[in-house]
Amino acid sequence: MKKVNIYVTLRESVLDPQGSAVMGSLHKMGYAEVKDVRIGKYLELVISDEVQDIDAHVNEMCQKLLTNTVIEDYRFEIEEAVSQ
Amino acid sequence: MKFAVIVFPGSNCDLDMYHAVKDELGEEAEYVWHDSTDLSGYDGILLPGGFSYGDYLRCGAIAQSSAVMDEVKKAAEAGKPVLGICNGFQILTEAGLLPGVLLRNKNLKFMCKTVGLKVENANTLFTNEYEKGQEIQIPIAHGEGNYYCDDATYEQLKKNNQIVFSYADDFNGSRNNIAGIVNERGNVLGMMPHPERAVSDLIGGSDGLALFKSIVKQWREANVSHA
Repeated sequence: MKKVNIYVTLRESVLDPQGSAVMGSLHKMGYAEVKDVRIGKYLELVISDEVQDIDAHVNEMCQKLLTNTVIEDYRFEIEEAVSQ
Repeated sequence: MKFAVIVFPGSNCDLDMYHAVKDELGEEAEYVWHDSTDLSGYDGILLPGGFSYGDYLRCGAIAQSSAVMDEVKKAAEAGKPVLGICNGFQILTEAGLLPGVLLRNKNLKFMCKTVGLKVENANTLFTNEYEKGQEIQIPIAHGEGNYYCDDATYEQLKKNNQIVFSYADDFNGSRNNIAGIVNERGNVLGMMPHPERAVSDLIGGSDGLALFKSIVKQWREANVSHA
């Protein structure tokens, strides 16, 4: 089994009002050093070893459903899933 | 004219849509569940508002992969009118039937009120009963109605007259106040405001009725032969 960690981030050209609100809060708490906050998503997939070309499969899943490439970028890493 | 009102788990404006078509217009309407694989018997497709699949992942993202969406794409390709309102608009963008995407409102708030909408293009099958430049009053109810597209897409929309409605005032951050757009062919309309909630003075306004009348008028002219 493989564990795939997918990081989804907003494209740089897209405004992130949620991130701006969080940055505002951090500033109010005194963390003036924070210059930008962007909020993204993190997904974990566990995939069986039957799949030959796991990279291609994950890319396809990202493009078809897991992300919207109009506004989001993604990257992922694959590791051996540790059996429970 | 026979309309399909597509129902996803979490749709909540399906009854309003049905009521607008059936009771106010006197046309035929049927609810069609999201796993349907045949829309060939319908002349127009309506995607209602709501929170399909709880807005999980992204608004409209899960609904976009339902079986019925392949049929909605076929209907769009066949030139049938396809109207997506609110969550229906979000589903149409996720499905790639309309360009761009709907982001969180710039103030991060869910907003529910009646707003002024400007008819930018009265030369579509959805707006032929309006005048260009006319301002109408239509309710909105959304948290993610902030229309976004890149510069190239915006130029295309402008060039092809695909911007159909714009907000009189900016309140959600939409690019150039865009409230509704059509595809290049002009038979797929997505809009965040709810014309189906403005079809009778009894419920506070009837400015939305002309949109549904436009669809029926166009369809009659194209499909009903004059003896």
